[in-house]
Amino acid sequence: MTNMETSYRIKGATGDWEVVIGLEVHAQVTSNAKLFSGAATAFGAEPNSQVSLVDAAMPGMLPVPNRECIRQAVRTGMAIDAQINKWSRFDRKNYFYADLPQGYQISQLYHPLVGEGAVEIEDDGRSKTIGVERIHVEQDAGKLMHDQHPKRSYVDLNRSGVALMEIVSKPDMRSPAEAGAYLTKLRSILRYVGSCDGNMDQGSMRADVNVSVRKPGDEFGTRTETKNVNSIRFVMAAIEHEAKRQVAVLEDGGTIQQETRLFNPDTGTTRSMRSKEDAHDYRYFPDPDLLPLELDDEFLDECRASLPELPGAKRKRYEALGISAYAADVITAEVESARWFDALLDAGAKPVAAANWVTSELFGALNRLGKSIGESPVQPGQAAELLALVADGTLSGSLAKQVFEAMLETGDAPGKIVEERGLKQTSDTGAIEAVIADVLEKNPKQLEQYRGGKEALFGFFVGQTMKAMAGKANPQVVNDLLKKALAG
Amino acid sequence: MSVDTATVKRVAKLARIAIRDEEAERLAPELGNILGWIEQLGEVDTSSVQPMTAVIPNHLRLRDDVVTDGGIRAKVLANAPEGEHGFFTVPKVIE
Amino acid sequence: MSDLTDLGIRQIRDGVANGDLSAREVAEAFNAAVAAAKPLNAFIVETPEHALAAADKVDQARAAGETLPSMAGVPIGMKDLFCTNGVQTTAASHILEGFKPEYESTVSQKLWDAGAGMLGKLNLDQFAMGSSNETSYFGNVVSPWRRNDGGNAPLAPGGSSGGSAAVVAGRIAPGATGTDTGGSIRQPAAFVGISGIKPTYGRCSRWGTIAFASSLDQAGPMARDVRDCAIMLEAMSGFDAKDATSLDVPVPQWEAGLNASMAGKRVGIPREYRVDNMPEEIEALWQQGIAWMKDAGAEIVEVSLPHTRYALPAYYIIAPAEASSNLARYDGVRYGQRDLPEAANLQDMYAATRAAGFGDEVKRRILIGTYVLSAGFYDAYFTQASKVRALIAQDFERAWERCDVLLTPTAPSAAFALGEKSADPLAMYLNDVFTVPSSLAGLPAMSVPGGLDKAGLPLGLQVIGRALDEQGVLNAALAIEERAGFNARPERWW
Repeated sequence: MTNMETSYRIKGATGDWEVVIGLEVHAQVTSNAKLFSGAATAFGAEPNSQVSLVDAAMPGMLPVPNRECIRQAVRTGMAIDAQINKWSRFDRKNYFYADLPQGYQISQLYHPLVGEGAVEIEDDGRSKTIGVERIHVEQDAGKLMHDQHPKRSYVDLNRSGVALMEIVSKPDMRSPAEAGAYLTKLRSILRYVGSCDGNMDQGSMRADVNVSVRKPGDEFGTRTETKNVNSIRFVMAAIEHEAKRQVAVLEDGGTIQQETRLFNPDTGTTRSMRSKEDAHDYRYFPDPDLLPLELDDEFLDECRASLPELPGAKRKRYEALGISAYAADVITAEVESARWFDALLDAGAKPVAAANWVTSELFGALNRLGKSIGESPVQPGQAAELLALVADGTLSGSLAKQVFEAMLETGDAPGKIVEERGLKQTSDTGAIEAVIADVLEKNPKQLEQYRGGKEALFGFFVGQTMKAMAGKANPQVVNDLLKKALAG
Repeated sequence: MSVDTATVKRVAKLARIAIRDEEAERLAPELGNILGWIEQLGEVDTSSVQPMTAVIPNHLRLRDDVVTDGGIRAKVLANAPEGEHGFFTVPKVIE
Repeated sequence: MSDLTDLGIRQIRDGVANGDLSAREVAEAFNAAVAAAKPLNAFIVETPEHALAAADKVDQARAAGETLPSMAGVPIGMKDLFCTNGVQTTAASHILEGFKPEYESTVSQKLWDAGAGMLGKLNLDQFAMGSSNETSYFGNVVSPWRRNDGGNAPLAPGGSSGGSAAVVAGRIAPGATGTDTGGSIRQPAAFVGISGIKPTYGRCSRWGTIAFASSLDQAGPMARDVRDCAIMLEAMSGFDAKDATSLDVPVPQWEAGLNASMAGKRVGIPREYRVDNMPEEIEALWQQGIAWMKDAGAEIVEVSLPHTRYALPAYYIIAPAEASSNLARYDGVRYGQRDLPEAANLQDMYAATRAAGFGDEVKRRILIGTYVLSAGFYDAYFTQASKVRALIAQDFERAWERCDVLLTPTAPSAAFALGEKSADPLAMYLNDVFTVPSSLAGLPAMSVPGGLDKAGLPLGLQVIGRALDEQGVLNAALAIEERAGFNARPERWW
């Protein structure tokens, strides 16, 4: 793979335009309680039932930070090889909105917890490094609902104060596909680390999408920020639409306004966001309710020691075991499948055969059953046993498929299924020779043709023999004995 | 230091305080006076000084990740000027 | 026996503990004094039933032979900046009118746990912004003091803890809570001839106290004398996990540690604590204070706090900046007043609510704070002020190499008449010139009465100590108190 620039361009009337993309990903930190209060973070609770007096910004209420939220952000930073700042602090971002009870969001502007890092992406066979500018920790806002009442919006503060990591990329992406690959990879890393569940449907991961266009080689153009896009597909669609819109504006002789926009998933278009019109003087200053956040080596050591093997390292390890790049990629894409596969290897399965079996048989079956790997009826230990039975010749490929089907149905161990159903492969030469003799006798015409030089018919005789033995004959033994018998 | 009424209005808008024209006119010299007085701070050479971050030496304590609060909707909503169905309500917002 | 309302905290506590007094009779006497003190306008809400209930609990506990806590039977006034469960809490602002917290501030809870009862919620400058108690939505507090010129001009009790000062001086409460951001305990204490201490920043929890400027706000007691302040401060102080800036250190036994001898102590006299047109009587009182300190055995050293003159402008950047953000939550959505004009959108509602809800001084400070934080000005104002603040703290650090406490006047003038300074915000701000530097540095500081001026009005002396050395501050104040023999009290006219 090479680090090659994309050829993605917007075709305009005046020539090709390059798209420049930066993403600010808001990832909800996995924690039991909120960033600065002891209220719960669970999704889907009754309105305002997971709200403390702190979250509702009652007079005199004060924030106290949750250690786990800091720890998860640090671990995330470590997972992208980022600078971890042992001294950081919280700032207030001041603006008025109905979902922001304090009238400010506690965030980190001047001294973020995590500094520069990088995420490696692969797109269409090319690899590329996307720079991460920073990761900071901040409070989520509450939620407004507009459709319940003709003249009122409803305010639910359950999300108010939930911890977010804002992961700010550099403007390093040049196509919707690269942005998609970056988000996919970032999501995978977050899920490996366990710092965010990556559940975009529930808003656990949203992206603010910064897009500008320029003629290749020119300076960066003016960017727009499309807020709160909540799926990878929508991010890609928003970029495409926004880039085309900007090109059209510019080619019409217009200028791009630096503004906040909103993506409409139904139409695939973006529009200017009225409510944020004059919200750009945030008057950041250090939050006087909080002291600087100082992390010691013990804390950082624990964060590092608790990091799991990450997808990149895992892939390399798998490939070193002889597993194909494709299979390694597929297995490591989701942390659950990688963990399942590691358990399979730990149970003694041979890596290459195991990888092939997992990517074809297991994933195929789960797909058919509509189950995730976490819901697999077959456990890694059982799968290792099945693969061992194939490896030692007890089961042929086709028998193994039968046994696997039975395992999916019953959840039983493969040994038990083989025993009960008599699916064991036979290498008994006497029995196989008898069947071969019978097959030759019943197919005199084919025998004559074969012996007359039509050797392609060998497969026919193998098939007939296996069929007569209900698939239980050892194929190698069948081959050897057939050759001898056919030779006469 | 002079502060004009346009500045007063801009700042008042940022602070979400409605002010009438005559108030802005009254406030402009007042604020100008105060800000002019404050500007004497510029005389102090602070080039080698770090801004104060903690008044008294102290370190930020972190809480354990345990749910200890919430489930008090009645208390949260008790003083609301307006609300229904367990929500606070505000004039309809168009995003 | 003299009038029960003449008794201070220690006398009531001891009298109740040894059975000379019932807590109920004390509460009833002070409730009556509260009811009779309406002309002072010191209370926003009166809570006689709270005082009685607390008293009855104490009397029952004593009857049951239980050990009584440190303020058992003492009814106090609560500055209306402390949230009190089920009792209207307003910060003297219209925007919080009708607000009844569903929670109790840490400081008030500690006082109730110590056996104190509440006489009522005390008037103050709106959101504690003011030095004369003239910015309250609920009207001025009138000082119980009058000049001896027979003119009967109503005087300012000082601010922002003006209600607290008035009731303690007027023998309407034996003690009251105050809060001090730039001098709001010490300046009013000086104006009315009582004692008040602002402890080290972080001693008293800020949880449940309505915030003005978070990096400066500290609660503290206001009482008749130094000992009563020590008793009450002990009850109010202590680590609170709910306040991230709370100091996790034990609370010393300040009352037990009181010692008026200054032998072996060095008292610093900062040469910068003088202002133009400072009345000669204040300079004279300061010199008298120095003499008292010497008499108590102290060595006097002259020290320099070179950045003193920049403290006030730095304060008037930092405090309004923090306030502009702290007060953003008063938006008419979750509590307090809402002003919703016809056809108003959300942002219109905010602007209308805040315009109608905040008083002029609060608006002025929010505007200053908003301005100094706004784009393009942040570094020149806020960052510079934070650096100057560090220099001011350094000044004190250097002084502590040469002395143990500092002695200064508390305020540059005696109490002024209501209305005398309210037209000129800047002249009003200058009242805090001697109290603000120690606030910026988070140091414990106390005002203790020293004498009367020619007009018969009290003047105070300020003692500033090292961080966490409240004991040193209290002891120096006690040495002054014993020598000043200040026993003047306002004649009752209300």
